[in-house]
Amino acid sequence: MSVLALYDNLHSYLLVGALLFGMGVYGLVTRKTLIGMLIAGEMILVGASVNFMAFNRFSVPDPATGQIFALFIMAIAAAEAAIGLSIVIAIYRYHRSIDTKDIVNLKG
Amino acid sequence: MNPSLFSADGLVGLIFLLTIALTIIGGLIACNAERLVRAVAGLMICFISVGALYYYLNSPFVAMMQVLIYVGAVAVTISFAIMLAAPEDKRDHGPGHPLAGPFGFITAALLTAGLSTIALKTEWASEAKINDGSVKTIGIQLLTDHAMVFELISIVLLIAIIGALVIAREGRKS
Repeated sequence: MSVLALYDNLHSYLLVGALLFGMGVYGLVTRKTLIGMLIAGEMILVGASVNFMAFNRFSVPDPATGQIFALFIMAIAAAEAAIGLSIVIAIYRYHRSIDTKDIVNLKG
Repeated sequence: MNPSLFSADGLVGLIFLLTIALTIIGGLIACNAERLVRAVAGLMICFISVGALYYYLNSPFVAMMQVLIYVGAVAVTISFAIMLAAPEDKRDHGPGHPLAGPFGFITAALLTAGLSTIALKTEWASEAKINDGSVKTIGIQLLTDHAMVFELISIVLLIAIIGALVIAREGRKS
């Protein structure tokens, strides 16, 4: 199969999804600020919804379900970003820093 | 199927390859850039290219929503938070744990390799479509089959907005 016909192939989308997921996990582990970790978390969610959309296109009988699920993932991601960023701002107000090593005393 | 580069199919394939390249480049910027603003810019590139991938997957509606929600709302909110919460040097600096980088890379590489192996080795079923997956179908299904989840998601969003406001207000010197 030619390289130019890859767009009509389930595997290429699944590989992109896996790659996005892997980059997200890498960022989540290595980032040292809370906002960086949040960005990586968004990439994990996008990787998951690429997988949903790929299966929706290539193997599911009802092609509306996967799209609706991707929309729900987006809504959850938006809610997560709003809550996460407000927590970041509250933490910044309290500790004057968003470095993960400065905010080790979260209890109480 | 073996389209030539200068036919319409070949051009579509070429643009698909460019889209994937942009996705990967944007993702790499988003998780490696030293400045957080650049990471958000990489995230935007990555999200727009993923929207283009959704276009290739026969759903222009979800592609539009991807650009609207992720680029227009989430990424802009993140950049506002960067401006609010990191006014000093906005670098992701300071020595982390020395093992975090290599072990994080190994973990991510193993996860990616495992997922790719599963994706390539499995024989995925292919069923005949029962509808066209158009915007009309999505709208009808949202308000019939998935009406419960639709209402629940609106409650979740409402609670998230109120919660975000309450958390961000707390500790504010009046």
